[in-house]
Amino acid sequence: MGKIIAKNLDFYYKDFQALKNINLEISEKKITAIIGPSGCGKSTLLRCFNRMNDLIEGIRLEGEILIDGVNIYRDDSDLLFLRKKVGMVFQRPNPFALSIYENIAFGLKIHNMAKRKEIPKIVEDCLNSVHLLDEVRDRLNTSALKLSLEQKQRLCIARTLAVKPEVILMDEPCSALDPLATLKIEELMQELRKDYTIVIVTHNMQQAARVSDETGFMLLGELVEFGKTQDIFTRPGDKRTEDYITGRFG
Amino acid sequence: MNLKKIREFIIERLIFLGGMASIIFVILIFAFLLKEGLPFFRIYPLKDFLGGRFWYPISEPVQFGIKPLILGSLIVTGGAILIVVPLGLATAIFIAEIARGKTKEILKCSIEFLETTPSVVIGFIGLVVLAPFIRKVFSLPTGLTALCGSIMLAIMSTPTVVSIMEDAITAVPKVYKEAALAIGATHWQTIWRVILPAASSGIMAAVMLGIGRCIGETMVVLMVTGNAAVIPKTLLQPVRTLTATIASEMGEVVQGSEHYFALFALGIILFSLSFIVNLIADFFIHKGVK
Repeated sequence: MGKIIAKNLDFYYKDFQALKNINLEISEKKITAIIGPSGCGKSTLLRCFNRMNDLIEGIRLEGEILIDGVNIYRDDSDLLFLRKKVGMVFQRPNPFALSIYENIAFGLKIHNMAKRKEIPKIVEDCLNSVHLLDEVRDRLNTSALKLSLEQKQRLCIARTLAVKPEVILMDEPCSALDPLATLKIEELMQELRKDYTIVIVTHNMQQAARVSDETGFMLLGELVEFGKTQDIFTRPGDKRTEDYITGRFG
Repeated sequence: MNLKKIREFIIERLIFLGGMASIIFVILIFAFLLKEGLPFFRIYPLKDFLGGRFWYPISEPVQFGIKPLILGSLIVTGGAILIVVPLGLATAIFIAEIARGKTKEILKCSIEFLETTPSVVIGFIGLVVLAPFIRKVFSLPTGLTALCGSIMLAIMSTPTVVSIMEDAITAVPKVYKEAALAIGATHWQTIWRVILPAASSGIMAAVMLGIGRCIGETMVVLMVTGNAAVIPKTLLQPVRTLTATIASEMGEVVQGSEHYFALFALGIILFSLSFIVNLIADFFIHKGVK
């Protein structure tokens, strides 16, 4: 059974229907890419998985999203627990205006996940798992805002890892980065894939082809096609998918 | 064509002059204060002025010790800041982060209204409502005390402090909030651990400007602090501030007398104090921009 399952998902911003009858199953410990042109609803879909859309006024959702078989939109669903379990990395790196250390320690503190003495060790482990530790070891207490864009994004990933999520949602995590930095993040994703279920939204088709195991193509709020990345990119089943990936529109 | 150029030139110069006016005024005021105040130190030593414990401007022999006045200003301001900072911060957080729609509008409106309330009205309320209350509660001989001044000043400076703090909190990028919520932080954890630290320089600037407002305020303190020029030991005794001294004595002073110059010297001290406070506030504002 899939880690995340969407069943007959409809999503509305006021009167505008942003998602139309989405059905998909995201496999555990794989990288799933969601591609499509701007405004197709891919970010909206992603933000349904950790209920970040709840922050927007005037939204309405119909259907179900199951994570580990539990509907996260149940009335008694624990939103904080959900967001701890389903981490998110944003388009623009957004470390807090705190020190590098405090950025990572934040999640541990708010969830009371570690004793005071253990925190420094966990912070180092998290930084190490995104290969940032060696670069910042001697300045853990300086502001995270002084890092380069790519370092900031890796810090944000480390910040997400700190609370031991099971799923990591990535919303165009490389669109603010240059190609070299993008490559580093992609390599990191490959390493993380062993332990985490990753869903990445990207409008960069090459990126989807490079990093993902499975790909969904969205257009105008519909999930047009979903399958193995290799299949989607070599023999798409739908004319619209083919047109998009061959660059006829998008 | 030429006429157009001349017109442009004149307009540009006029706007430039307008922009410079405020700087020129500040310089002129300071120059005037120096001109009228500095001669005082030729006849009265600076040491005795700053360190003297008694302000007896019309007794014989005269004494111009401003220590009680400076301490009076500081204790009233300090008390006001202790009240206004937590209160103002709570209000600013509520307006910026929690209140929505009508509540928010009404709150903002009423704070703006408080800003425009004449200080004499606030002083009047302090005089007839708060002072008797303080007298009764603490069983004092008079309610006109530093505490009374502090509370009224706190009310007066609330709009300044709240609006700058609220701007600082609102200016924190939304992505910080999203990031914190996405890790599973509660709204309050997000405010306390992420938004406030990010807004800290603006909040500090608000505190400094609040201090500046309190040090410079005259009418309220003149009306409610009792105006006894003694070195204050507690908030529960009458004090006299720098501003109240100038305001109450300038009207009856003999022009050109020692006392007259002494009041201008007081003005220099007051001007320097608020200048320094504003400079610090400015430092925090620019720190925030970077």
